[in-house]
Amino acid sequence: MNAFFALLIRDIRLATRAGGSAMLAVVFFAAVAALVPLGVGADLKLLGRIAGGVLWVAAVLAALLSLDRIFQSDFEDGSLDLVVLGPLPLEAVVLAKMCAHWLTTGLPLTVLSPVLALLFNLPAGGYDALIASLALGTPAISAIGAIGAGLTLTVRRGGLILPLLILPLISPAVIFGAGAILASLDGLANGAFPLLGAFSFVAVLLSPFAAAAAVRLNLQG
Amino acid sequence: MTALSGLDIEALSLWRGERMLFCDLALSVGAGEALKLEGPNGSGKTSLLRAIAGFLEPRAGTIRVRTNNGEQFAGGEERAEFVGWLGHQDGAKSQLTPLEALSFYARYYGSTACVEEVLQLVGLSRLGDLPAQYLSAGQKRRLALARLSLSARPLWLLDEPLASLDASGKALVAELVAQHCKDGGLAVIATHEPLGFEGPRLTLGNGQT
Repeated sequence: MNAFFALLIRDIRLATRAGGSAMLAVVFFAAVAALVPLGVGADLKLLGRIAGGVLWVAAVLAALLSLDRIFQSDFEDGSLDLVVLGPLPLEAVVLAKMCAHWLTTGLPLTVLSPVLALLFNLPAGGYDALIASLALGTPAISAIGAIGAGLTLTVRRGGLILPLLILPLISPAVIFGAGAILASLDGLANGAFPLLGAFSFVAVLLSPFAAAAAVRLNLQG
Repeated sequence: MTALSGLDIEALSLWRGERMLFCDLALSVGAGEALKLEGPNGSGKTSLLRAIAGFLEPRAGTIRVRTNNGEQFAGGEERAEFVGWLGHQDGAKSQLTPLEALSFYARYYGSTACVEEVLQLVGLSRLGDLPAQYLSAGQKRRLALARLSLSARPLWLLDEPLASLDASGKALVAELVAQHCKDGGLAVIATHEPLGFEGPRLTLGNGQT
């Protein structure tokens, strides 16, 4: 357990230091979200309707930016070997890195999202659903992204094919997440939340095994 | 650390892609011994070390470690917990200071060693608070040596440990390995340079393949 937290804290520290991915994700998220109203125009009604979807897409893209670094920076400088030789099973190593990624991207994005929703004139009834859906759904991005990061570990410029691999797998989270916000704006019965929760739960549960298998395969090379 | 009484390799064949590095390799290292691996570039020294550490799955043969209480481990991930690794990359994170990096590894490996003392041992005590991006290649090597010695693992696998070290750094490697062997540890060291102490050696490449 001690080793797990040591790794978690190290990865959070690396992500929040200069050149880390946490700040980058937050700034990118804000930039994309600020750009959309400029492109769509000042139709407040329309912006309020699309706020949930836009913020979800921006969050996925912002999280993607740093996903390929989950294992690759450690792989490149040899730290991954040292971490693999440690007392943790590789599955736990992956889980720690996934958690660190979520804590430094998914969580800050969730916290920032209501501020950006103001830019979109999101109706008051949508804020709870926005925060809840991002909090529930962003762990799935880190989890599925870890599988992609493991698979593309030894690929040069792996960050370029990573989105192709994982965007189709993440799309259910976007559909359910943005759908949940719309449904709550319309005051409809909300079936998207349970589905989003189930999707996220299964992703977080299974991806440490899948990602660990992918990393193992790549370390052979 | 759980003490090891030996490392045994039998009928080992290693391949890289479609190319065979060597086959039918057998070697045995006992407690307190440091085996020096020699051989031309591409003869499979690093691959052999990676196979012993459990990263590479051999195509044939067994790699087994024996503990002092008679247990044997032949699986790659079982062996991993005995291995102290010094690869040709140093694993230094440019954003972390040597103190932070060593504190992490001490906690991660469950070591009780005092981080400041280990830094002093490798001659980096004045640089403990400097982010590793400002360290020279030799200083990063010393940091890796510090990490190796505090990991307190019985089987050291060193890949070109002398690279980019100065004369006192090379002496330090010899001293650390000698102390490790005196404490009952094992070491397998791949290098082209004289290590500064006598011991068993194995030459890969010529005639083996």
